[in-house]
Amino acid sequence: MNPIFESQLLSNRRHFFGKAATGLGIPALAHLLGNNASASEDRILEAAKAIAPKAKRVVYLFQNGAPSHLELFDHKPKLAKLHGEKVPESYMEGKRFSTMSAASDKRRLLAPIEPFKQHGQSGATVSALMPHTAKIADDLCFIKSMHTEQVNHAPAINFFLSGFQLPSRPTVGSWLSYGLGSMNENLPTFVVMTSVTKGTSCGQIFYDSYWSSGFLPSRHQGVKLRAGESPVLYLNNPNGVSPQLRRQMLDGIADLNQSKYDSVGDPEIQTRIAQYEMAYRMQTSVPELADISGESKSTLDLYGPQVHEPGSFARNCLLTRRLLERGTRYVQLMHAGWDQHNSLTTELYNQCRDTDRPSAALVQDLKQRGLLDETLVIWGGEFGRTPFLQGNFDNRKRWGRDHHPYTFTIWMAGGGIKPGMTYGESDDIGFNVADKPVHVHDFQATLLHLLGINHEKLTFKFQGRHYRLTDVHGHVVKPILA
Amino acid sequence: MFRYFFILSLVATAAGEPIGFNSHIRPLLSDHCFACHGFDPGSREADLRLDTPEGAFEDRKSGAGIIAGEPEKSLIWKRISSNDPDDVMPPAEHHLKLDAEEKKLIYRWIKEGAKYQEHWTFIPVEKPELPNLAPHPVDALVKQKLQTLQLDLSVRASRETLIRRLSFDLRGLPPTPEEVSTFLNDESPKSWERLVDQFLADQAFGERFAWPWLDAARYADSNGFQNDGERTMWPWRDWVVEAINRNLPYDDFTVWQIAGDLLPNATHEQKLATGFLRNHAINGEGGSIPEENRVNYVFDMTETVGTVWMGLTFNCCRCHDHKYDPLSQRDYYSLTSFFNQTPVNGGGGNPQTPPILASASKGQLDQKKSLEVQINQTQSELEKLSSKHLPLQKEWEKSQLEKGDSSIWKPFRFTSQTTSDKGLVLSTLPDQSLLATGANPAKATFTLTTPVPVEPVNVIRLDALRHPSMTLGGIARSNSGNFVLTSVEIYLHQKGQARKQLMIRDPQATFEQGELKIGQTIDQDRATGWAVLNNNQIDRDHAAIFPLAEPLTPLPNSHLEIVLRHDSRHAQHYLGHFRLSHTSNPSAKLTDHTSPILALLKIADDSRSKEQKDTIEKAFLAAQPEYTKLSKKITSLREQIARIEKAAPKVMIMADRKEHRPTYILSVGSYQARGEEVTANTPGILPPLPESENPNRLDLAKWLVSRNHPLTSRVTVNRLWQDLFGIGLIKSPEDFGVQSEIPVHPELLDWLAADFMDNGWDFKKLVKIIVTSEVYRQSSKVDSLALERDPENRLLARAPRYRLPSWMIRDQALAHSGQLVREIGGEPVKPWQPKGLWSEVTFGKKTYVPDSGEKTRRRTLYTFWRRISAPPMIFDNAKRESCEVGTYRTNSPLHALSTLNDPLYLEASRGIAYRAHTMNSQSPVQAAFKLITCRQPTPEELPILSSMYENSRTYFGNHPEELRAVLETGDLPISDQIEPLTQAALTSVILSLLNTDEALTKE
Repeated sequence: MNPIFESQLLSNRRHFFGKAATGLGIPALAHLLGNNASASEDRILEAAKAIAPKAKRVVYLFQNGAPSHLELFDHKPKLAKLHGEKVPESYMEGKRFSTMSAASDKRRLLAPIEPFKQHGQSGATVSALMPHTAKIADDLCFIKSMHTEQVNHAPAINFFLSGFQLPSRPTVGSWLSYGLGSMNENLPTFVVMTSVTKGTSCGQIFYDSYWSSGFLPSRHQGVKLRAGESPVLYLNNPNGVSPQLRRQMLDGIADLNQSKYDSVGDPEIQTRIAQYEMAYRMQTSVPELADISGESKSTLDLYGPQVHEPGSFARNCLLTRRLLERGTRYVQLMHAGWDQHNSLTTELYNQCRDTDRPSAALVQDLKQRGLLDETLVIWGGEFGRTPFLQGNFDNRKRWGRDHHPYTFTIWMAGGGIKPGMTYGESDDIGFNVADKPVHVHDFQATLLHLLGINHEKLTFKFQGRHYRLTDVHGHVVKPILA
Repeated sequence: MFRYFFILSLVATAAGEPIGFNSHIRPLLSDHCFACHGFDPGSREADLRLDTPEGAFEDRKSGAGIIAGEPEKSLIWKRISSNDPDDVMPPAEHHLKLDAEEKKLIYRWIKEGAKYQEHWTFIPVEKPELPNLAPHPVDALVKQKLQTLQLDLSVRASRETLIRRLSFDLRGLPPTPEEVSTFLNDESPKSWERLVDQFLADQAFGERFAWPWLDAARYADSNGFQNDGERTMWPWRDWVVEAINRNLPYDDFTVWQIAGDLLPNATHEQKLATGFLRNHAINGEGGSIPEENRVNYVFDMTETVGTVWMGLTFNCCRCHDHKYDPLSQRDYYSLTSFFNQTPVNGGGGNPQTPPILASASKGQLDQKKSLEVQINQTQSELEKLSSKHLPLQKEWEKSQLEKGDSSIWKPFRFTSQTTSDKGLVLSTLPDQSLLATGANPAKATFTLTTPVPVEPVNVIRLDALRHPSMTLGGIARSNSGNFVLTSVEIYLHQKGQARKQLMIRDPQATFEQGELKIGQTIDQDRATGWAVLNNNQIDRDHAAIFPLAEPLTPLPNSHLEIVLRHDSRHAQHYLGHFRLSHTSNPSAKLTDHTSPILALLKIADDSRSKEQKDTIEKAFLAAQPEYTKLSKKITSLREQIARIEKAAPKVMIMADRKEHRPTYILSVGSYQARGEEVTANTPGILPPLPESENPNRLDLAKWLVSRNHPLTSRVTVNRLWQDLFGIGLIKSPEDFGVQSEIPVHPELLDWLAADFMDNGWDFKKLVKIIVTSEVYRQSSKVDSLALERDPENRLLARAPRYRLPSWMIRDQALAHSGQLVREIGGEPVKPWQPKGLWSEVTFGKKTYVPDSGEKTRRRTLYTFWRRISAPPMIFDNAKRESCEVGTYRTNSPLHALSTLNDPLYLEASRGIAYRAHTMNSQSPVQAAFKLITCRQPTPEELPILSSMYENSRTYFGNHPEELRAVLETGDLPISDQIEPLTQAALTSVILSLLNTDEALTKE
């Protein structure tokens, strides 16, 4: 148990451990935390967890809108050479693009807008747009041969996070909550935070489906932490109800509930008592989590100046570390604004400014606290961007790239991942995968594997079928495992 | 859970009953074998099929799967009983072990002859015979099962519990204190039935059962996806409430929603009902592919119908034949063909994508009706008037002929014509036009006065005329010859009265320069106006007409004042040469110059054609001011009706396009990967459609509610059972296929399903049958033995006890507070919700603006449902993204936070406090307790309640600021009858009471 919460628990001793002593409190609590399941589910979970886990926690730095692999990590000198030339037809055959670029008939190749350099001992190529990420290149594993099946944002994000393009299936975080349960009684297991670069012209909406529990019980759903005074919906007492009065009220509720339990014997009532106590504890633990006044100056500096702005990606990265420290299992941090259809030479710079430093800081911060070994960090978007230009070639200010599912880059770091390596390759203009393709389902299988879960065994029976995150596909990408 | 039933099954089989394939064996084979040896040839291993007798008994090289009567010789027995890890089935890596008991069952079944049965839910419903165990059919059937386990029903619940249970189940609302006391005092043996009938007749009944229907129908008030445009499907929602309330038979309820538009002479209501199918999300995301969207919509409709009426998981068949159920990919696509015929093309995100139906609200309909009455009245006045006038027509014709003036536009003769600049002079030319001379100021206003003309004025005309003295021979002395007329005002001066402005409607111009429209001469904005420059030069005269909203009748001693303003930022852009004229012809157009009447009048009376006669009569009447006044009134009334029709919400409905759209099997469900073409048909495993050349949705809908359809009635009864008991007779309301469980009470489900159909699909009657049973009226008290034996209460040896759905919890608080606004239907409402939720998900594009007043206190059913940001106060509910028919009951601390901290509950608690305070017989705390639980507190609870109250009083006594804050939460006025300390203390205790397990639970 986290020492931070011990005092609160002590103050609730009468209502919490007192009831637990009746023998029903503990299973009730287990139920609330998502740690129990029916007998058949138990069998499934047991079978699914047959692998030794390398990571206990995950942070997914999801870059909504699809960052350009060609600008950031996937260095293609030939693309620079062919700048302005038409895309050879052989690349285009049978390819499906969003209707935005299907409309344009002149597809001319576009050189990356900033130079690349090799970094660290691993010699990873990182663009000048990402100086901080470049510095930690030796901690990262770049996968340059990602590919997906979806060409539009929402379906592609659903596909990455839930294995299915339409909203309806459980997302990674809820599968982990279901499969592995909770590590903290006072904070949610699956937390989501969202941010966007200010002034972006192309924000994507953050749909609830991105952290949905789908057909899994809704206790596995992601809890969205919001910026500002009420990080969790309805967290604050209504006006006039102080913590002291609330404690008094909860004591009354618990007494009445206990009396009811004594007369009708429904174990659900014990669950109810535990539920209300946990709500009370969250009212303290969440504000404590969001309060960064105890962070050292050097830590704050690491994340950059935006860490002082609630709701920024930088602040969310810092809060992520605080959450992981306190036992949250899965943090999904989503940052929008990467959809550079016509803003490569303008807004892409802002995107990088807002995300590069905090992402690198989070990895460094976890590392210096000894948490990186057991924390899997993932950085990536839902697809890549076209090697060819979208927009007018003569108007550099409005250069852009369209959606591109055929190859793109993500990076992973920490728990169980080989640091300082690059896996897979795209072709010489970054159009298709050239070597070692990694499908979204392979990525998902690998993620679960690192958490000690066999992706083929972690199933949930719904509508008569045993569903999995990876549907009926997916292979663990073994070469990137440490 | 399965394991538990299995034990029940063993109990049954031990008694010597033969082993049933459906009840015992199919679940085992399905769970352990069918994935590789089932219906789908694509995933079949070793060419062995076990889901059909033909497959299982087939003589194969490695031996038949099953040899009836001879388990030892049967391949499947050899393999499942094998100790060799390489040989044993199911394979070790599948982690689907059969245990010893299960194996024994399979052994016995083969030994007894391995008799296969069709999956029970595919067999037509027959009404089982009732055992003679109880007078009520539901009781008799439940008792029959209980007896085999030496169990019996529980005792009847207390009357307090019963009325609260029934009220939530039938109305989603708690009973009122009056209802409770009436019922408690009603000692008649009919009292329960009376209460049931009363609640069935309550309008809240329709609202209560509309909720799960809206969940199933994925109803929302917005499209979903990125743009998430607001739609107006709520008239459909209101139709559902109304249809349930009037007990529309479920077969009609079905047919109308699936195919109401195809019924002969379909009524408005029947078309409106098809909104059901169109409730799916619409993807308007830029770059999305229309055909892909369209196909997804068709899938959604197909699967929704599959789930709601048949409990079949068709979505599995998008990509391949069903692995468990005998449903092929071809079956699936044949079914989609019924829904593939609408004109929707999948493009764009219009939240009112045609086909649509304007569906006015009740208020709008009432308004329209009253306007129509007014039109009729005016019409008859008009007729009277014309018969009064017509004798004077000859006279008028004569005077017209004498005048001989063929121009319809009579120029005004002004008695004064002043300008805003002394140096600027308007002089009258012989053709009655005015010419500006003298000073040339930047801005100018003309004020022109004339006696009111002797004939009626209906339209005023302005001719803007070129003149050589103007710049480039144009119309003004500006740099270009162009003018900007910014305002036209017409005033009537009558002796002894303040001047009155005459309203102008729909001015027209010969030409408008870009955004400089003629309409801007009569708007409030003085800076904008009408201009005419085209191609850098004024090479034509221009004109505009200004029809008067009300005709101006000749008035003695009165005059007209016409004000023309030129206040734009463009210097010297005022009319330099122009003429104002008028006509009595209300329908005069810009292009009308000469009256056709004169020519007609010259024709001899008896030589005129009918058409000519009519024209003359019309012109005569138009010249009669009283007459034109009335006809203008009619026009304006008609316009008001048109506006109402335009404002009426448009509901997306179904309609098939003329041209048949071919349907193809789509490989892996991809819109691009077209395979073989299929025709509309129903799945082969179910009874065939009646012969028809081109079956359509109507055939499908009627087929669903035919007496021999095995699924519709069972699925519907099961969902109702779930609504009343918290869990269906089959636990998976969305899946009645092979993988669904064997119900504990199959005869009960079948009896109710058959009875439902035999009663003409009478939904209220079905509800009544269930709730008048002893099974429904049992106590929900849980003893530890029962809990251990039957934790989920599937045997029904006690009543269920479970947390109310979140919307009922909220409605309960509002109802008890006395603040609930009991208005049925209408536009969705926006009660308070935490700030910023919409803007967070939409980057500020959508902002939630909460309503105030009554709209914040409506039933939760009417809360605006944004698909991408569902109302936060509703938890554990269907997400309304796609069809969902299951239930959710979890106990997250987040739920506790919402019912403890949403200010609505604090305000409601104060409302309850005020009510409780007026119930004088008891202490207010006890009165509130009784209001919420319907019962008196027990001796154990009394001291808890009083100490809660005393503690609260002490607290607020010491915290006056908190006290004020509690009383000031919400719109509810603070009572001046009750001491503030008492108010605050009571409020906080009641907020606690609303959060007790009992208040949150249906017992």
